[in-house]
Amino acid sequence: MPKRTDIKSILVIGSGPIVIGQAAEFDYAGTQACLSLKEEGYRVILINSNPATIMTDTEMADKVYIEPITLEFVSRIIRKERPDALLATLGGQTGLNMAIELHESGILDELGIEILGTKLDAIHKAEDRDLFRTLMNEMGEPVPDSDIIHNIDEAYAFVKEIGYPVIVRPAFTLGGTGGGICHNDEDLEEIVASGLKYSPVTQCLLEKSIAGFKEIEYEVMRDSADNAIVVCNMENVDAVGIHTGDSIVTAPCQTLTDRENQMLRNVSLNIIRELKIEGGCNVQLALDPDSFDYYIIEVNPRVSRSSALASKATGYPIAKLAAKIAVGLTLDEMMNPVTGNTYACFEPTLDYVVTKIPRWPFDKFESAKRNLGTQMKATGEVMAMGRTFEESIMKAVRSLETGQFDLSLPGGNEMSDEWIEQRIRKAGDERLFFIGEALRRGVTIETIHEWSAIDLFFLRKFENIVRYEEILKDNPYDKEIGYKAKRLGFPDMTIAKLWKTTEREVYDWRQAQGLVPVYKKVDTCAGEYESDTPYFYGTYEDENESVRTDKKSVIVLGSGPIRIGQGVEFDYATVHCVWAIQQSGYEAIIVNNNPETVSTDFSISDKLYFEPLTIEDVMHIVDLEQPEGVIVQFGGQTAINLADELEARGVKILGTSLEDIDRAENRDKFESALHEIGVPQPLGKTALSVPEAVVIATEIGYPVLVRPSYVLGGRAMEIVYYEEELLQYMENAVKASPEHPVLIDRYLTGTEIEVDAICDGETVLIPGIMEHIERAGVHSGDSIAVYPPQNLSQSMIETIADYTKRLALGLKIRGLMNIQFVISEGQVYVIEVNPRSSRTVPFLSKITNIPMANVATQAILGKSILEQGYTDGLAQAPAGVYVKVPVFSFAKLRRVDITLGPEMKSTGEVMGKDVTLEKALYKGLVAAGMEVKEYGTVLMTVSDKDKEEIVDIAKRFIETGYRIVATEGTAKVLEAENIEVRTVGKIGTEGPTLIDVIQKGQAQLVINTLTKGKQPARDGFRIRRETVENGVPCLTSIDTAAAMLSVIESMTFQTDAMPKPQVVQ
Amino acid sequence: MEGWSMMTKRYLVLEDGSIFEGKAFGAENASIGEAVFATGMTGYQETISNPSGCGQIVVMTYPLIGNYGINRDDYESIDLAINGLVIRELTEEPSNFRSGMSLGDLLILKGIPGIQEIDTRKLTRLLRDKGSLRGKLTAAGEEIDTDATVAELQQYELPTDLVAKVSTKRPYPSPGLGKRVVVIDYGIKHGILRELNKKDCDVIVVPHDTSAKEISALFPDGILLSNGPGNPEDVEGAVETIKELLGKKPIFGIGLGHQLFALACGAKTAKMKNSHIGGNYPVKDLNTNRTDLTAQSHGYEVLEDSLAGTGLEVTHRALNDNCIEGLRSEKLEAFAVQFHPEASPGPQDSNYIFERFIQLMTASNRKENTNA
Repeated sequence: MPKRTDIKSILVIGSGPIVIGQAAEFDYAGTQACLSLKEEGYRVILINSNPATIMTDTEMADKVYIEPITLEFVSRIIRKERPDALLATLGGQTGLNMAIELHESGILDELGIEILGTKLDAIHKAEDRDLFRTLMNEMGEPVPDSDIIHNIDEAYAFVKEIGYPVIVRPAFTLGGTGGGICHNDEDLEEIVASGLKYSPVTQCLLEKSIAGFKEIEYEVMRDSADNAIVVCNMENVDAVGIHTGDSIVTAPCQTLTDRENQMLRNVSLNIIRELKIEGGCNVQLALDPDSFDYYIIEVNPRVSRSSALASKATGYPIAKLAAKIAVGLTLDEMMNPVTGNTYACFEPTLDYVVTKIPRWPFDKFESAKRNLGTQMKATGEVMAMGRTFEESIMKAVRSLETGQFDLSLPGGNEMSDEWIEQRIRKAGDERLFFIGEALRRGVTIETIHEWSAIDLFFLRKFENIVRYEEILKDNPYDKEIGYKAKRLGFPDMTIAKLWKTTEREVYDWRQAQGLVPVYKKVDTCAGEYESDTPYFYGTYEDENESVRTDKKSVIVLGSGPIRIGQGVEFDYATVHCVWAIQQSGYEAIIVNNNPETVSTDFSISDKLYFEPLTIEDVMHIVDLEQPEGVIVQFGGQTAINLADELEARGVKILGTSLEDIDRAENRDKFESALHEIGVPQPLGKTALSVPEAVVIATEIGYPVLVRPSYVLGGRAMEIVYYEEELLQYMENAVKASPEHPVLIDRYLTGTEIEVDAICDGETVLIPGIMEHIERAGVHSGDSIAVYPPQNLSQSMIETIADYTKRLALGLKIRGLMNIQFVISEGQVYVIEVNPRSSRTVPFLSKITNIPMANVATQAILGKSILEQGYTDGLAQAPAGVYVKVPVFSFAKLRRVDITLGPEMKSTGEVMGKDVTLEKALYKGLVAAGMEVKEYGTVLMTVSDKDKEEIVDIAKRFIETGYRIVATEGTAKVLEAENIEVRTVGKIGTEGPTLIDVIQKGQAQLVINTLTKGKQPARDGFRIRRETVENGVPCLTSIDTAAAMLSVIESMTFQTDAMPKPQVVQ
Repeated sequence: MEGWSMMTKRYLVLEDGSIFEGKAFGAENASIGEAVFATGMTGYQETISNPSGCGQIVVMTYPLIGNYGINRDDYESIDLAINGLVIRELTEEPSNFRSGMSLGDLLILKGIPGIQEIDTRKLTRLLRDKGSLRGKLTAAGEEIDTDATVAELQQYELPTDLVAKVSTKRPYPSPGLGKRVVVIDYGIKHGILRELNKKDCDVIVVPHDTSAKEISALFPDGILLSNGPGNPEDVEGAVETIKELLGKKPIFGIGLGHQLFALACGAKTAKMKNSHIGGNYPVKDLNTNRTDLTAQSHGYEVLEDSLAGTGLEVTHRALNDNCIEGLRSEKLEAFAVQFHPEASPGPQDSNYIFERFIQLMTASNRKENTNA
């Protein structure tokens, strides 16, 4: 069927900020969708609040709105733009929920706007647990015994009938938020309460647990002509019971016979036909390992994380084709973009094994519960391809960048057998490695199967890997053994460990022996048809399909999995770098391993290598491609960390040289450089040992800021007030980064300033200066950033620009740099310089209209900034105020303290823009999911150091009509200032405590700056978690509170009583 | 398992002189056949037991083969007809509740050589570019004389009596209470019988060389021309028999049966450069305009140009290479499909074709009754 001509303009809703359960995959999907619709000649209007995305680049749509995805703002845009239609199935759960809200508000009917693709009633049928169950019953498809419950009594009634364990699945939530498995009454109380809270319709599904079944997924597509296909099937290595986003997944299914496969394929296709899905859809099934019995677990009537994975695993671009289906095209008339010569109505067949491993944030959240269940906790994922299962999973393991290169744990041989058994029985993020450890100790796969319910097929593969360690150990430098080890995916790092030598030594030995990988093409058809797709993975076989061209090339290293501190913004920069390389006339080659991203879309670069980002894997590609050089400054710390090894092997690092990177990152060298160029920094020194640290801290004077050098996102950074704290910290920090020293700086309170700049060696372009709302001490990624600065004098701005210029030239930056300053008592100090692209690059690029990554890349490749038409110094600021507001995923992470500090905790960000700071902030906060209420009650409980400042804030809250509730200490301070306040008890006191206030929804906002600390036992911690669990905004910085207050003030009119006439005597 | 076990060397030599070294599994003997590749990711048991694969050395493109073992249900014939199996990696210890033995043990039992640790993607690309090639799997552990082997292969003539090899030697029934279907066995897959049984057909399977007279004497409601191996022109007597039966009773052909039906109607067939063996071939039903994913296993096709004047109407086409996948003659109450509506292995989307056969038989009976 030809595409629709009765519609001209289409509104696409994006997925908003990156949160756990909704990551870069929707940037990939959205970007593909927008381009795909534009390609068909439609006018595309895009709304997304996330500035760090490729999809919000102005080239991606005819009109791009970076505005909050709320009914209020989307309606406004709809009224302004009057689109003919709306596409909502590519923006994750956010986009889908927005479409439903819009529909229910009546605006779509009022303006005659059609929802494209899958219709709302189908979405309802798939997402509403009750309707879905009814539909499945009608179709005769089995679903586990379950019941919809609306309160805890109904939950008990269900359990009485079915018995434990049961699974709680809240309706209409993302990534299973608030859900879990209950084994007893206690679990039930807790999980049902949180589930009901998180479900927008206060509804949960209670379901008989079928933990232990195989979990199988089908990624399916259907068009309006009822053609339906399966793009990819996937088998979870972890059995049912762990959220698929938290499971190790392999594609295609490995342990299913054709009969089982076809049975489940038929079921999946029947369901999407019944639902009349038009576009992509994900069907999750549970299959009994001992019979043909199966259950339908869930259907996602939209493009999802799994479809991004399926797209990358097969090459088949689901989102792109889903968008075209939405405008009426059918699968049998579109070409398969991978082969270019076969049709899209086709089921890809793989001739390799794909493995996905999630990336969890537990390295940053030490106190978090690490166990995995039905609620997703991973922030990102890696994918790897190989020709054996072992190769595939071993490549995925080292792609994670957790310091692990094989199936072992640091200190694994010292762990007790009981501990290992426990950690295998109760799934956690490290289960795979505990299994490796168990196998090494001779535990049989049958026993491990009993503990974990993981299929023997997979366990046998893990056993193969572990057993081969012994063989390697006994046969050093044996060519045949080495070759087999490589075919099993062993990295040189592990081989070196077993041969008691260095990784470099093994690499060189292999080169001499000719043991090098070949690269195979991903072509959707297992070689049956010719394909020009430049999409490759490495393996150890005979034929290499990746041929070097005559064109000069540049390799760009991507940023790997999304994690806290390294999000989608680095993928944004990577993609722009690729485009600039191409514009400069070179062939752009990208290496990355994140299946969610735009950069791993094969149509972005001239060549895509889907490979781990380790020195070995990158060097293999360099050896083959012989590029002009490698660009490392856009791939975050992942890429930067490879710079020294690359240079040591004779590879040219394009952009800022390794020596200069080191000068910015090595504390002592940095200090002497600053000295030379005359830029001040807070007093500080490097400590190599614990006693040294104590001496330095005493010298500088507490409080001090401590952190290991060379880390990401302020990991393990802390403000330390006493020696005792310092000693405690040193133990953890040394563990966090054993090879690197610890930096100790004077902690200066003051305004924090962030600057991104581009330098070509002569000219320094400063696109903008950002001012943080929160004072220094809160990680820049967790602060609200404001552009342009609102409180800086002209001379201060000039000083910052001058320092930036001196730093750029003095550190010999070629390309991008990011600087953080603090202004303390009228004096500007530099806190940190990152000689690379930063988190704020997309934000600033979008505001200033300077494509920073592009300009930087061209500068790196020899086209000066002036030649590119830009000028030296600080660029003229455009009109308006722009704020970047961080977004957190605390609801997903139990037992994590939400208090803001030097260590980064946010997973994503949104942008708010308007004519005043308050309006911009309002949008930013709303887009970040905070409800800003015009009136209500604010609960205050602040630490002693903040008590002075809280007074003014409290007064202003009263002025707006807010009521104040406070704990005793805070209340006393306020009462002393004649502020009306209701006192509530602290935790553990008699009568109503502040916990009751929070739980009963009596406070609309909480300001809590109580005791920091990693021990969950502390009151402050408990209070903050309680706010998360109850969905009440909690501000942990006085500055954020003040900003929020100014927004509330700006929303309301003043209501001052008339002044009484003064009596003249 | 790939690893330390010292397995015996084996070579695959192709007529173009290419040599692939790997490890032997299955039977120890050498074997010659036509090397073709199969792209299904599941269904190796069905593929190797499909009689259409008679005489072939089958290359599986999916690298891990044997994962779920061999079970009693998924055979497509009692004996394996292939001459060899080429894979990347054999799973020696399968994992599936139905598994009764490993793939390696089955090949030993059936005397079929296998080779693993082959760069099957390289081999597939070679076969794609050059078309199917004659190949030899050497005896396990035997060193090769390349020139002699290549010469042997170039002189080797692919056998033309494949159908006779795989067809049943004597008729057998598979009783039911529904339509009487006489199946002419050119190398029938069990899947076809399963489908007929599901529809409660009263099936009688007869050898490939059964005469039209004998078939008519079984009073069929319809006749099914089964799938089978090789070149349709090599099947002696088949075209004449079908010609005699055409117009008398509804006829339904599958695979080789489809080609024989076309030949009987006066069309021509030819060998394809690349066989279609796999489960992801999109085929458009030209009447409903719906595209289904189909299972296929054919190396010959009906030629488009030869249809003129035959009265045959094209009902199905392969989406990708436009190959004829279905033919019909309304007048003769006969139709055929090149793909496998019974799947096994592969997608079951086109299962409705069997229903069409039943409907055709019903309609035909009704007509006869009215005429009578």
